[in-house]
Amino acid sequence: MTITLSDEAKAMRAGAFGEARRLAIEHQIAVGRFFDAPDFVPVTQAHVMGDTESLGEAGVAYVERLAAMPQAERRTRVPTITDPRGLDFAAYRRLGQTEAMAALERRAARALEALGVLMTNTCINYQTVLPPTRGEHLAMGDTGVAIYCNSVFGARTNFEGGPSALAAGLTGLTPRYGYHLDRHRRATKSFVVEADLKDLADWGALGALIGRTCNSYWEVPLIEGIARTPGSDALKQLGAAMASFGSTALFHLVGLTAEARTRDDVTDSPLPAPIVIRDSDIAGLYARYDATGERADVVVFSAPQLSLIEIDDLARRLDGRRVHAETTLLIATSPENKAAADRMGLTGRIEEAGGIVLEGVCFYQSYAREMAQAMGWHRLVTPSAKLVNIIGGYGFAPTLRTVDQCVEAAVSGRIVA
Amino acid sequence: MTRLKAHPGIGPEVRGLALVARDDFSARYDLDRVQGVFSRQSHALFGQSYVGRILVLNTAKGGVASAWMLRDMVERGLAPAGLLFNRVNPILAQGAVFANLPLMDRFEGDVTDLIASGDEIVLDPAGGIVTILRRVAEGG
Repeated sequence: MTITLSDEAKAMRAGAFGEARRLAIEHQIAVGRFFDAPDFVPVTQAHVMGDTESLGEAGVAYVERLAAMPQAERRTRVPTITDPRGLDFAAYRRLGQTEAMAALERRAARALEALGVLMTNTCINYQTVLPPTRGEHLAMGDTGVAIYCNSVFGARTNFEGGPSALAAGLTGLTPRYGYHLDRHRRATKSFVVEADLKDLADWGALGALIGRTCNSYWEVPLIEGIARTPGSDALKQLGAAMASFGSTALFHLVGLTAEARTRDDVTDSPLPAPIVIRDSDIAGLYARYDATGERADVVVFSAPQLSLIEIDDLARRLDGRRVHAETTLLIATSPENKAAADRMGLTGRIEEAGGIVLEGVCFYQSYAREMAQAMGWHRLVTPSAKLVNIIGGYGFAPTLRTVDQCVEAAVSGRIVA
Repeated sequence: MTRLKAHPGIGPEVRGLALVARDDFSARYDLDRVQGVFSRQSHALFGQSYVGRILVLNTAKGGVASAWMLRDMVERGLAPAGLLFNRVNPILAQGAVFANLPLMDRFEGDVTDLIASGDEIVLDPAGGIVTILRRVAEGG
């Protein structure tokens, strides 16, 4: 199948807009062909994963090569922002991250800035930078961001890995395949939630169960039966976990999310019989990671980064308490939220209790294996289903707990029932 | 010789030994990219080296990072020689393009059944054909 190029895209391909855009459009054409994209669609925002653990030396060298090109050729054409970085320059020494990691991170940031990329260092840009509108085409470079923008706002994006999101920033375009097309946005699987979701971690657990069942980028779950209207932080956990466990990029919560006012809005032919999710299923997911009574080496609130409201909640829970001497409590958020938390005294209260508030990182993207070795961490406790799914590959033994249980683990140094 | 038909893929032609599992794949979630082995305990290929092998797996999972990571793995000489999936997500396709690493999907049938670990295979991504030169069961 051939991919139709506009005159401008053809000119980019011919090099009329410089080498950076030529490389970018060639990359996008190859991806578009693989997915049978008929043409390109203009995007209004790009969001680039730019942490150096992912880029590696090869990725940093590539971005530096672009950064060395003439300014008119290398500048992004649409607003381009970044996902969390590999370390927090204010805290990396305390966490056992090395000078070499920091040096690579500085190189990557300098090169991205030379392209006109805004170093937002956040995976909650839909809460903190610029939420998209319905129907807006985007190139979002974080699975949690992509699924939230697609589902909650009805915007349109595929998972755009770093090289592709950067290419979209440079060309202002993306190949029209996957979730840019109406036909891929229809529900393919049906779920009925009978479980009572009380805690943010429960929403992540639900996302994990649905994602694990779907287990494909191309499945779109339709979810009914949700008893209480979730807030943005609950939907954040739900989507991030679904994307992590299932590579899912879009869900429809009937009556709640943008395109699913009714079931009929997002279904064509009858769907397979619904899968019912009960309290026992949610409990089963927690049980899979259970380690009651064990020591908690590190308690992590992140993945996705915390909203200001979540940070405030933790500050309140920690007031007058003290994190256990042998346990590290980490809370990660965006640079903007960190500044707000500093200004409002929340950071000070959390630090008073012995916690550490990190900015611009998301824990798993920040050399987690090396941190674990340097700090002697093994058992990790978190309310993020996404994090428990990821972090096992980095040599951690993860445990999923509610927000309250995580705070108790941080204070007592033990995983409580 | 058996010829398997797939959707036209990504990257150059490559020949190598298959490493097959009915499991999924993420460079970030599953691999120790320094040692070149599968490091996630629950993965079907846990502990096995993927370096220079043609990985045959079900689908891609999880995050975005593999899009950058494949090129770095290729440049450090610690990459698989190629990737075959039943159905891939955009991240691995984008990463394969960026790394110029052969990748194919959408076979007629379950590719994790059609190919066995140790089979010697040739990938022709442009033509959308995988040829099994020698099956491991045939020995030799």
